[in-house]
Amino acid sequence: MLVAEKNSLTEEIEKMVEKHGATRAALMPVLQDIQRNHKYVSEFAQQEVARLLNIHPVEVYSVITFYSFLNSEPRGRNIVRLCQTITCDLIGKEIVAKAIERELGVKFGETTKDNRITLEFANCLGMCDQGPAMLVNDKVYTKLTPEKAVEILNKVK
Amino acid sequence: MENKKIKREGAVIFSEYKRGDSINKLKEISRDDVLFELKESGLKGRGGAGFPTSTKWMLTAAAKSDKKYIICNADEGEPGTFKDRVLLTDYPELVFDGMVVGGFTIGAKEGIVYLRGEYEYMLADLELYLNNMRKDNLLGNNIAGIDGFNFDIRIQLGSGAYVCGEETALIESLEGHRGEARNRPPFPVNTGFMGHPTSVNNVETLSAVTHIVLKGGSWFRQYGTNKSTGSKLFSVSGDCEKPGVYELPWGTTISELLEKVEAKDTKAVQVGGASGICLNKEQFSRTLGYEDIATGGSIIVFNKDRDMIHVLKNFMEFFVEESCGQCTPCRIGNTKLLEGVEMIEKGEFTFRYINELKELGKTMQVASKCGLGQSSPNSFISILNNFSEEIFNQGNGGTNGK
Ligand SMILES: Cc1cc2nc3c(=O)[nH]c(=O)nc-3n(C[C@H](O)[C@H](O)[C@H](O)COP(=O)(O)O)c2cc1C
Ligand code: SF4
Repeated sequence: MLVAEKNSLTEEIEKMVEKHGATRAALMPVLQDIQRNHKYVSEFAQQEVARLLNIHPVEVYSVITFYSFLNSEPRGRNIVRLCQTITCDLIGKEIVAKAIERELGVKFGETTKDNRITLEFANCLGMCDQGPAMLVNDKVYTKLTPEKAVEILNKVK
Repeated sequence: MENKKIKREGAVIFSEYKRGDSINKLKEISRDDVLFELKESGLKGRGGAGFPTSTKWMLTAAAKSDKKYIICNADEGEPGTFKDRVLLTDYPELVFDGMVVGGFTIGAKEGIVYLRGEYEYMLADLELYLNNMRKDNLLGNNIAGIDGFNFDIRIQLGSGAYVCGEETALIESLEGHRGEARNRPPFPVNTGFMGHPTSVNNVETLSAVTHIVLKGGSWFRQYGTNKSTGSKLFSVSGDCEKPGVYELPWGTTISELLEKVEAKDTKAVQVGGASGICLNKEQFSRTLGYEDIATGGSIIVFNKDRDMIHVLKNFMEFFVEESCGQCTPCRIGNTKLLEGVEMIEKGEFTFRYINELKELGKTMQVASKCGLGQSSPNSFISILNNFSEEIFNQGNGGTNGK
């Protein structure tokens, strides 16, 4: 990472810490902000968070690895999470998943070559009455068909 | 997502309510009056565990500390549950007013909503709603003109971990840690968020409180049964014409519910989500309620064409992924149960081994540290027992009868 990039990331994290407070209890909100902006929390970001909250970097890493919505490895610019839990599974998750994979040319668990989209499965999204459902970043889409899902993802920048 | 607000019908939760009414009522009544009405109502926690809400609040109110907290558990991660989503999006007045009443009653100045990361899309609207409450003096200082009643609410997001719905794991997460359940005791009512007395309440529980404060405990208990007072929200999904959230009195039978949601050719009903139990046709006359089947309200319907081993596999995969890994019975046990399901799927099992796994499940129920591992064997045991004919006797080898 370039020095200038590092500095700006540090500045960004400092602002987040200012907003949420320099306490351990601010760890989740700070990590969530970094995740939202960058789609993952880099090693450098982890060190900066640790320094600013006065905890050990290993603690920060261990928290990130616990939560499925926090990543320590780079992801695409957009994260797609298709619900894999029972009701969505029964109502067509599989054909939606296959259509998305065909269209994007990558499998679930992977990122498109242009870094546009990372595909993941998620557990119950709480949309069981309107399945199949998926999240694109923090937006939720329901009653998906293969065609509708692909159309939505084609519009993602 | 479909976000037109549907007019819903129900005797209690979906009965008429105007924002602020129960907060304004606090001008006339004391915290003891609130506790009395709650006790009278017989309300039990709607998050699944069914602990009496009046007792929880009494204990938190009695605990001595300069700081106390009321936490709204909006983690709603149980597969098949979405009633809290509906309450938060369509009836926020019930949830937040209930939190204010809670703050008043237990003596908390701060309320925290732990909102699952999957529901982040609601955040902006909810924050706006809270701001409007502040403007109208329903939050902040001297709320509703009650001298010295200061209380505010903030929202913190989860990050995709089912176990964080367990109240002590939730508190760990709020404090910036991995969401690993704590040993209990001490209980949160004494040693909760940041070591202070804390009441963790489900979204629906708080919504019920809002009505009870206004309309009275005896009004509430006229619905339902003796041991299961009031009504309950059921999240119904799966093979039926009308999936959605239904408010029904406790004591409703499974068949009655199936009729309401227009389910046809039903073979199985999963009550209580992945951690609940699966019923077969012979059991559809059983009733929903603490006397028979207590539940947080997740109802998943399966018709005659569904493969129960496929269903069970989906549940066990869920638990293997969501176990926090802290204790051995749950971490290893769920993996073993999933392997067992895969053996059945492939037709590579012995009855002796499957029976051993059922025994393992029973050990997990008593030896696991938190409710996740204690309840994850429920579907394994109930599906294999209640659908043994289809799974073991009609199958030809491993194809499970298909
Ligand atoms: C694995 C696990 C997940 C849970 N998830 C939730 C949840 O999402 N929402 C909830 O209200 N309670 C959940 N609970 C129950 C809580 O621990 C707690 O009993 C509840 O929030 C108390 O509120 P109540 O008394 O109003 O029901 C969960 C329990 C376990 C063991
Ligand atoms: S039962 Fe499972 S989820 Fe609960 S503490 Fe043990 S490993 Fe963690």
